[in-house]
Amino acid sequence: MTELTRLTAAATAEAVAAGTVSAVDVTEAHLARIAAVDYRLHAFLQVDAEGALQAARAVDAARANGDRLGALAGVPLALKDVVVTKDLETTSGSAILKGWIPPYDATITRRLREAGVVILGKTNMDEFAMGSSTENSAFGPTHNPWDLARVPGGSSGGSSAAVAGFEAPLGIGTDTGGSIRQPAAVCGLVGAKPTYGGVSRYGLIAFSSSLDQAGPFARTVLDAALLHEVIAGHDPADSTSIDAPVPPVVAAARSGATGDLGGLTVGVVTELSGEGYQPGVTAAFADALTRLEAAGAKVAEVSCRHFGYALPAYYLIAPSEASSNLARFDGVRYGLRVGDDGTRTLEEVMALTREAGFGAEVKRRIILGTYALSSGYYAAYYGQAQKVRTLITRDFRAAFETCDVLVSPTTPTVAFPIGERADDPMAMYAADLCTLPASLAGLPALSVPCGLSEGLPVGLQVMAPALADDRIYRVAAALEASYDSPFIDEAPEL
Amino acid sequence: MTQTLSYDDVIARYEPVIGLETHVELGTASKMFCGCSTTFGAEPNTQTCPVCLGLPGSLPVTNAAAIEFTIRIGLALNCEIARWCRFARKNYFYPDMPKDFQISQYDEPLCTDGWLDVDVDGQTVRVEIERVHLEEDTGKTLHVGGATGRIHGATHSLVDYNRAGIPLVEVVTKPVAGIGSRAPQVAKAYVTELRDILRTLGVSDVRMEQGSLRCDVNTSLRPIAASALGTRTETKNVNSLRSVERAVRSEMLRQAELLDTGRRIVQETRHFQEDTGRSRPGRSKEEATDYRYFPEPDLVPLAPEPTWVDTIKASLPELPSARRRRIAGELGASDRDMIAMANTGVVDLVAVTVAAGASAAEARNWWMGHLAQQANATDVEPAALSITPEQVARVIALVADGTLSTGLARQVVDGVLETGHDPDRVIDERGLRTVTDAGTLTAAIDEAIAAHPDIADKVRGGKVAAAGVLVGAVMKATRGQADAASVRALLLDRLGTDGE
Amino acid sequence: MPITRDEVAHLAQLARLAVTDEELDVFAGQLDVILAAVARVGEVAADDIAPMTHAVPLTNVLRPDVITPSLPREQALAAAPATEGGRFRVPQILEDEQ
Repeated sequence: MTELTRLTAAATAEAVAAGTVSAVDVTEAHLARIAAVDYRLHAFLQVDAEGALQAARAVDAARANGDRLGALAGVPLALKDVVVTKDLETTSGSAILKGWIPPYDATITRRLREAGVVILGKTNMDEFAMGSSTENSAFGPTHNPWDLARVPGGSSGGSSAAVAGFEAPLGIGTDTGGSIRQPAAVCGLVGAKPTYGGVSRYGLIAFSSSLDQAGPFARTVLDAALLHEVIAGHDPADSTSIDAPVPPVVAAARSGATGDLGGLTVGVVTELSGEGYQPGVTAAFADALTRLEAAGAKVAEVSCRHFGYALPAYYLIAPSEASSNLARFDGVRYGLRVGDDGTRTLEEVMALTREAGFGAEVKRRIILGTYALSSGYYAAYYGQAQKVRTLITRDFRAAFETCDVLVSPTTPTVAFPIGERADDPMAMYAADLCTLPASLAGLPALSVPCGLSEGLPVGLQVMAPALADDRIYRVAAALEASYDSPFIDEAPEL
Repeated sequence: MTQTLSYDDVIARYEPVIGLETHVELGTASKMFCGCSTTFGAEPNTQTCPVCLGLPGSLPVTNAAAIEFTIRIGLALNCEIARWCRFARKNYFYPDMPKDFQISQYDEPLCTDGWLDVDVDGQTVRVEIERVHLEEDTGKTLHVGGATGRIHGATHSLVDYNRAGIPLVEVVTKPVAGIGSRAPQVAKAYVTELRDILRTLGVSDVRMEQGSLRCDVNTSLRPIAASALGTRTETKNVNSLRSVERAVRSEMLRQAELLDTGRRIVQETRHFQEDTGRSRPGRSKEEATDYRYFPEPDLVPLAPEPTWVDTIKASLPELPSARRRRIAGELGASDRDMIAMANTGVVDLVAVTVAAGASAAEARNWWMGHLAQQANATDVEPAALSITPEQVARVIALVADGTLSTGLARQVVDGVLETGHDPDRVIDERGLRTVTDAGTLTAAIDEAIAAHPDIADKVRGGKVAAAGVLVGAVMKATRGQADAASVRALLLDRLGTDGE
Repeated sequence: MPITRDEVAHLAQLARLAVTDEELDVFAGQLDVILAAVARVGEVAADDIAPMTHAVPLTNVLRPDVITPSLPREQALAAAPATEGGRFRVPQILEDEQ
């Protein structure tokens, strides 16, 4: 049975489709793995064994019936708890939503179900996706399978730990400032943030509406691409969804795997290097660049001089939008209510509920966002931050005039120890330094493993122009193919 | 506060400046940002979904009809239509707002800089429109446990989100000055005209009693000859046309009283109370919350195509003012007549009656006379009477062809009002046809002559004026069903005089 | 310009957060550091640069005016902390409607 948990999603789907293994067997193997190791990882907040087996049985029945199966039918998946699931508790990692059973499915939940993907359960995350370590979950931290004393990244750390810990071959995360790419990097996974508007946001519990985007985690580039194609595509329920064909990411992953990047120019962003980058990270990144060159790519240095302002702009825009998005958690229609003893007014009960239901980081960002939007400060903070967004977008446009993709380390350091940055917000925020520019510009970006530093994974980030998601998969697949064996095989047994 | 000032006193010393903010619930089938029905009167919380309940993860998608309706209103109010604009979030906590922010428009409204001419006492007042913007309505809160259903004294409140998310247009005027004592009437005339336009456009059912048209009235006073505007108050809850007028008037009196005694006006929101015709203070605007507006990131900008706007413009129906002008021409009515008819609420009724074949003079006489009295007596608008203009036209035709006398015609009309039956049916049922049968009439005339021999002699002797008594007797005998003129002619003939 | 404890208290009130005195001290200190860092956005953005509020260049995303099914009322109310007579029940409201 253990064997089944080590298969790629592509191989699993093939085996299920061929009938060499049943979807129920695959699902049971992963449920057994979760039962065996998750008490150490704490990747899952909810394991929906019954729902998972039911979905698996449906796939097996469809196959027996001769129905055409989806490309990932019967493949188990770990779903970040920010994604709304009908009849299955959804908390976004917050005490304020504990016990909430949604009456509807997110669009991506529906697409996963329709594709026959088996949702094993809901994974842990930084509360409302605010964080880079999953330590901000109201339900306790998640541990990195590579070193249980370290963070799995965040905010999608539950999904990254689940996939890296072989509890599931696939995971869904959401990325607002790097929350897929950074955990993918520190867990030795492939994680992609699609072009903003490429994947529906309907049913993602909003953190920062103009930045949030869901995407795949997987242990291989091809698996990530297969999942990307399942969840992507236009959705009339999301006004910011792009009505255009899904970029051919699976084909790109397959073509990149041939190892040929001839004719491609890779830009190395000068501003995303130097001080603050661990030597092991810098070394692995440099080695990856030589491999890209060896695959036929032209590697050139490019300057994007406003990228240094991405962090301040992000920490104004995201908290501002969050302060508004999180207002609805007021104890009236759903979720926690505190202090309603018959003597207190609604205003008091709302304030006590929010005080008790939100964690420190969420409150900090709500207050920061409230400040940045308040009259008198709006122009200097929120308004200026949106202008920085324009400048960063211009930098990208200029760079893409000479380069097909841009690359950088995904994060300046490997996974840091749990607790190390908990009391220092600015140090925590620095984990997203490299991922923020693509978030602000709405561009597709992906993290792919590029080596180990002191035994811990390092990720390389690939960024491409809007709707050119296929390019990030092509480059990542070529890099992946250049290594003799997958880095994930070096992860310790749990 | 006891009011000792008279309205004339106020006008003698102060110049009122008013402004109106009118909220109109649009008559779209579905809500502003989701597919829930907008039907009024459903059981609480049966017309809600993840979007209009503000459930985590839900997202808004704009209703195209709401945009089109708003543009229609903007065009009818002579506004500029924005080439590009955005929705914004207005952030404040209140339990009737499912997301604790309202999707509204802030500094980029869909329509700006228009005007609306209204007639008051035969004079035209141009009310300038500052903006027409679109937002989502809130839910309804029911306050429980207090004596009056008001918020004060309630032990708790109950919320129904059926109304939450219904498209709501806000029409905001610029300050209207220079109207002196007519300020209350201008306010009422403006809201009336706006209501008629909205109804004509087919964008709302504009029922003030159901809250689909709601009005906030801003009022300030400045001493005559002063240039700076006075401090204004905003009176909310003004939910009938009559109240619009009353609210302005009572606020003018209240403010004048304060100013006269050297006190200052507090910039505040006040709530109008139908029962007393006064307002009570609400939240003070001086400690107003900071709404932290910012562009709604879940919606993309609106950029109405000029060709689309042109198409909408070309499809606008004839607006009430143009229609009134046309009808005046068709009826040959003077300005004074038109104002009188407008004040009585019968312009359209007269026009339709004429269109159904009646003469303008007769149609006007009926609607301004007997029917207006009947409407007044039963306290309804003439349009709400249970007689149609077509039925009125039929009665007029029956009088013209001699089937009905004028007196009978009234009885027929009253019969229609009572029963709702057609005039011909009422005539048959009640036997209200004019007696034209010569034998019957001759017999009645002979009886009258026999009963009043002295008067008959006077008539024979040339005192024709005395014949009225005999005619009256005949009319009485025939229960009014004879035509008085015919009776008179026959009678004189019978008495051997030609009536000259 | 450092952010004061009173300002943080006012912001918390605007955001409906009943923060404790201890939190006020911690947040005031942390927000000071964060604001000093984020204020850097003022260094580069000039008047002639348009703010970017959306990452996608879309306009006029509209849906037809068509009614779709609402939630059954039991589902709409299912997660509410308190209900009464088919409505959401809340404690007494201090402030007037807006």
